[in-house]
Amino acid sequence: MMHRSEKVWLFLSFGMIIGFMLITGYQTFALEMGPPSYGERIDPQKVDETAPFDNPGIKQIGEDEYEVVMTLQVFSFTPSKIEVPAGSTVHFILTSKDVVHGFQVAETNLNAMVVPGYVQKITQKFDNPGEYLVLCNEYCGAGHQMMSTTITVK
Amino acid sequence: METIMNKSGKTQVIREKVNKVLGISLEDARLTKSYLSVAFLAILLGGLLGLLQGLNRAGLLELPVWLNYYQVLTAHGLLLVVVLSAFFTIGYFYAGLSHTLGGLLPKVRKMAWIGFWMKIFGFVLAVIPILMNEASVMYTFYPPMAASPIFYIGLVFIVLGVWMCAFGAFINVASWRKRNPGQHIPILSFFATGVFVLLFFGSLPVAIEVFTIIPWAFGWVETINVMVARTLFWAFGHTLVNIWYLTAVSAWYVIVPKIIGGRRWNDLLTRIVVIALVIMNITGGFHHQIIDPGISEPVKYMHVFMSLAIGFPSLMTAYAMFAVFERTARRKGGKGLVGWYKKLPWGDVRFLAPFIAMAAFIPAGAGGIVQSTNQLNQVVHNTMWIVGHFHLTLGMSVVMTFFGISYWLVPYVSKRVLTPQINKLGVIQTIIWTIGMVIMSGAMHWVGLLGSPRRTSYSTYFDNATALSWDPYLFFLAIGGTLLMIGVLIQVYAVFYLMFFAPKGNTEFPVAEVEEDAAPTPRWTERWGLWIVCMIVLVGMAYVIPLVDFIVNAPPGSPPYKTW
Repeated sequence: MMHRSEKVWLFLSFGMIIGFMLITGYQTFALEMGPPSYGERIDPQKVDETAPFDNPGIKQIGEDEYEVVMTLQVFSFTPSKIEVPAGSTVHFILTSKDVVHGFQVAETNLNAMVVPGYVQKITQKFDNPGEYLVLCNEYCGAGHQMMSTTITVK
Repeated sequence: METIMNKSGKTQVIREKVNKVLGISLEDARLTKSYLSVAFLAILLGGLLGLLQGLNRAGLLELPVWLNYYQVLTAHGLLLVVVLSAFFTIGYFYAGLSHTLGGLLPKVRKMAWIGFWMKIFGFVLAVIPILMNEASVMYTFYPPMAASPIFYIGLVFIVLGVWMCAFGAFINVASWRKRNPGQHIPILSFFATGVFVLLFFGSLPVAIEVFTIIPWAFGWVETINVMVARTLFWAFGHTLVNIWYLTAVSAWYVIVPKIIGGRRWNDLLTRIVVIALVIMNITGGFHHQIIDPGISEPVKYMHVFMSLAIGFPSLMTAYAMFAVFERTARRKGGKGLVGWYKKLPWGDVRFLAPFIAMAAFIPAGAGGIVQSTNQLNQVVHNTMWIVGHFHLTLGMSVVMTFFGISYWLVPYVSKRVLTPQINKLGVIQTIIWTIGMVIMSGAMHWVGLLGSPRRTSYSTYFDNATALSWDPYLFFLAIGGTLLMIGVLIQVYAVFYLMFFAPKGNTEFPVAEVEEDAAPTPRWTERWGLWIVCMIVLVGMAYVIPLVDFIVNAPPGSPPYKTW
């Protein structure tokens, strides 16, 4: 039924898909590079009264290690204007006060959906100094294209 | 009793023969013409709106307050992803059912008309609030953004209209099977069955979603479960794009071999591809939620496997298509390792357009596999890369196949012929479209990798240097978009010329035969009940864990927001 070349082709196709799976699995479970999947629940209408979001901001939690507690709301990030020294690892803890937003930092792999009712977490090490553009990448309303801030790495 | 059965069986055989010789009945033709007319008007309007977006993203055009970027984008998505896809798919497959099953049953034709008007009614209901800026929620309408309830009621009618057509197709196929015991469903109707099974099961989740949204949008219910809605949406959203794809694939397997004067690929393998795409499709929706909160990493890993598995039948298709091309070209005297390509009818738009469509699926499918992989998805999620991806898959692989189909299907249903002039125009259109889409989609992929977000009107983010560096790439969106608009105009002209003005004559419905020495296809391929059970089992594996978790461990819900 099948030509030899087709068998080879399908074998290679199958092998490629399995290859993708193995690499993805290794990175996710051995190197902890999995996609942001944190799932703690929060009352989306009481974000301001719920810890840690009652006190959003940046906090040093170790040598070269920072924690940013951030809320996203139409059409801004709180806190805005974050500054960290080069070489810092920054843990972002995020939630939304209204609709679905996206947290993306250009020129990094920071990219996470921020959904009301859920706490999202994502981490990035900033090696190179510069000004990084933070933007919302999920359409959230009339001012969506304005929803941005910066992270300055010195 | 037996003689009566025999008699009606014979009349049916005669009817089928008449249908083959005389072509489609006027009533069946009118149905398909109406569906195709709506499809191509949708592409005219949707294309124009697309151009406006391209010009805006390039920084060349500021859209007025009364027709802002997000209204335009919502309408563009709805027109092209819902209206064009549904109307073309149904128009094409109903002509296919009519041709291969000996005409549509009167009852089925009536159902397709009811479905037609329900969809039109639903679409008008959905568009009014968009134009009034009461529904700038995109075609994904993620809660807790809440549009006017009228928008969602419109969507309900569109879904019900689609279901009418799906059930009509099932009735027609079932009736044929009863009349032809022991026979295989003709291949094009086999594809149609798969597509309508997916249309029905794929739109079930979005129907459930919309039914939970409507009371909330009216204010009868205070809050909504955001993640459940989002998950139900993507169970539908991704299936929908694969329905288009399966429609295009049907033409690749069944129509294109006939147009190049060849025979079609192994019947069993073709049917296996259809069955595999039907069973594995719906679970692919989860790759839209790879960076969502609330789904654990192991579950996401399982979803990656389910998404990548869809790649396998596509890779089978890639082999099959090029094998058919080579075999046909060699029979015509083609020589050499690749020299046989000269024997293919490059000047025939009915071949050229779907060929380029298939070729585009090589990078498009590769991009799809890459971006469905967890960590790589994080790099490109919601960036312009994704927009580039689906303009390559849908805008090229699918839509160019639809264009190629239109050059024989429209003359077939209007009892006219494709003239050499229109064929030439079609070749020019194909080239313009290819260049336009390669420029636009290429720029989108690249600028997306650099970080430019999708679904965002032109913005420098307060003159941010990174954002400004994207501008040169975004300029190509305007160039590509302009070329595509020219392509749309030519295509729509060609369709309506072929429908109403081309010379009268008989056009064949090109269905390729299997090879003469082909082995018979085993009977088990016809067990649709089993395939549907397999599909439901797979959907259960993918969805039960996350959905139960989102419902049982739900956070307090969200009230409706109008943020535009």
